[in-house]
Amino acid sequence: MANIEKQVVEGLTGLRDWVDARFPLVKSWNEHLAKYYAPKNFNFWYFFGSLALLVLVIQILTGIWLTMNYKPSAEGAFASVEYIMRDVEWGWFIRYMHSTGASAFFVVIFLHMFRTLLYGSYKKPRELLWLSGMALYLVIMGEAFFGYLLPWGQMSYWGAKVIISLFGALPIIGPDLAEWIRGDFVVSDVTLNRFFALHVIAFPLLILGLVGFHILALHEVGSNNPDGVEIKKNKNAEGIPLDGIPFHPYYTVKDIFGVVVFLIFFFAVVFFTPEMGGYFLEHANFTPADPFTTPAHIAPVWYFTPFYAILRAVPDKLGGVIAMGLAVNIFLLLPWLDRSPVKSIRYRGMNYRIALTAFVISFVSLGWLGMQGVTPLYTWMARFFSVVYFSFFLLMPFYTAFDNDKAVPDRVTDK
Amino acid sequence: MDNSNVDKSRRRFLTAAATVVGGVGTVAGAVPFIATMAPSEKTKAVGAPVEIDISKLQPGERIIEEWQGKPVWVLRRTKEMLEDISTQADVVSDPASDSSAQPEYAKNEYRARKGEYLVVLGVCTHLGCAPKFIQKGMDDSVSAEKGGFSCPCHGSRFDLAGRVFKGVPAPTNLVVPPYKFLSPSRLLVGDDSEAV
Repeated sequence: MANIEKQVVEGLTGLRDWVDARFPLVKSWNEHLAKYYAPKNFNFWYFFGSLALLVLVIQILTGIWLTMNYKPSAEGAFASVEYIMRDVEWGWFIRYMHSTGASAFFVVIFLHMFRTLLYGSYKKPRELLWLSGMALYLVIMGEAFFGYLLPWGQMSYWGAKVIISLFGALPIIGPDLAEWIRGDFVVSDVTLNRFFALHVIAFPLLILGLVGFHILALHEVGSNNPDGVEIKKNKNAEGIPLDGIPFHPYYTVKDIFGVVVFLIFFFAVVFFTPEMGGYFLEHANFTPADPFTTPAHIAPVWYFTPFYAILRAVPDKLGGVIAMGLAVNIFLLLPWLDRSPVKSIRYRGMNYRIALTAFVISFVSLGWLGMQGVTPLYTWMARFFSVVYFSFFLLMPFYTAFDNDKAVPDRVTDK
Repeated sequence: MDNSNVDKSRRRFLTAAATVVGGVGTVAGAVPFIATMAPSEKTKAVGAPVEIDISKLQPGERIIEEWQGKPVWVLRRTKEMLEDISTQADVVSDPASDSSAQPEYAKNEYRARKGEYLVVLGVCTHLGCAPKFIQKGMDDSVSAEKGGFSCPCHGSRFDLAGRVFKGVPAPTNLVVPPYKFLSPSRLLVGDDSEAV
């Protein structure tokens, strides 16, 4: 017996060495997993990067299977989605995983980004990591927007119409640009067909490329941590960070735990409340697109509502569009707006703590307001919270420069 | 290799020339990809004029027809409606339609060839939703108490001449398409040539 075992091990080792002579297999494994040292003090907030990767895999897999039965035409789209739901074996399951995955993506991404605000992870030397993450966020927003048109329901149609009209508000090039995006004078079969191409090929490729960039950038500079202390400053004789532990097996095991907990919540939604009371799948989208009738109550899916509320708060067409675009993109400037020498909120002063709290309250309130109908009170509330939202960014150079930050320890704490 | 005798300026010129030529080629290569996304010939051909029969349209009633894929509204206005329109010059933001889109013959108070018939595109000038027709008395908000059109998306409101009220997101009045009367009961939308 021992002889056979020995032969198997020798065989596998031989195979590994054969590959290694032709491809950096062991080198890559060590660089990115077994000898990639991550801070030992990761907490709850560090689950969401790997979870975003998991959701991406879910979306790609379910997406491929959905395209096997979906028909990207104004004539056939709505019916083909119903066909998937009713007649295709397990079709409902694949589709609900995909639709729940879209919302889960934004839940995970928003929490991932919030972690960055908590611990100052966008600060030097992680600016490119932050920018590539922001690029991913923008591309995923586009991907979600294209995907939302595909069922060709009422909300799909009118949502796409409104968003494309936003580009039409730009001066001079606006109307032609909107027409170019639609490929028609109105949102039509032509628009649906190209959105399908962008949704299933172009943007997924972009996302995969950006994910690669994001991870390479992360592994070059190393992870930040809840203390905001650079672990590379304290290394032992072999050059290994004293506060670092190998990603594999320590964090692979931690992440697998996160995956299990996440999947419990994810499938609870998929199985028991896939529409999530109209938040994940809006009720009006169960009616086929009708270019002549706008649904009485129109709102985007929940993850776009904060920005939609800002759009509505501005009583000027172009102004609203600019404010909305700015609200989405202003995060890009964070590394340069933040003047505090301290990264983590643990050692920041009251200014930043208050500002971040006000920002989170504004973001959530705007998200809620974006789902409501238009009333004078809500419009004024949206204006108030929009001002708070932008103040968080625009006043940041001042309140972070004069914050009563605490002393940062040399080494990470064990909390 | 011996690099001592390299002519650097020659090398720089070749690099620059290759970059320029390659750049021009890339731009030229991008043109078809961008142009192919514009409306196709088939799409453009669908924009032909449409005839609308208005013989059965009762006063106060509105019908919706399709032209270029967009909804065209024809509203037959009552005397009372026309009188109400005249009282609203102060509350609409562009009463004389100076900054709005319409043919010359519709650039008047009622925004129509004939005051009785309003012909407009049912597309909100804000972000393109379809506003709803509100009868007088249906809605008690200040701007629509006399009837008009209300957009469900972002709360823009228009009066019965398609003029936008002040303080709403829509910037201009509803667009009047080119149209003419073929006979008192027949309307042609999309063509106004040789009209009287």
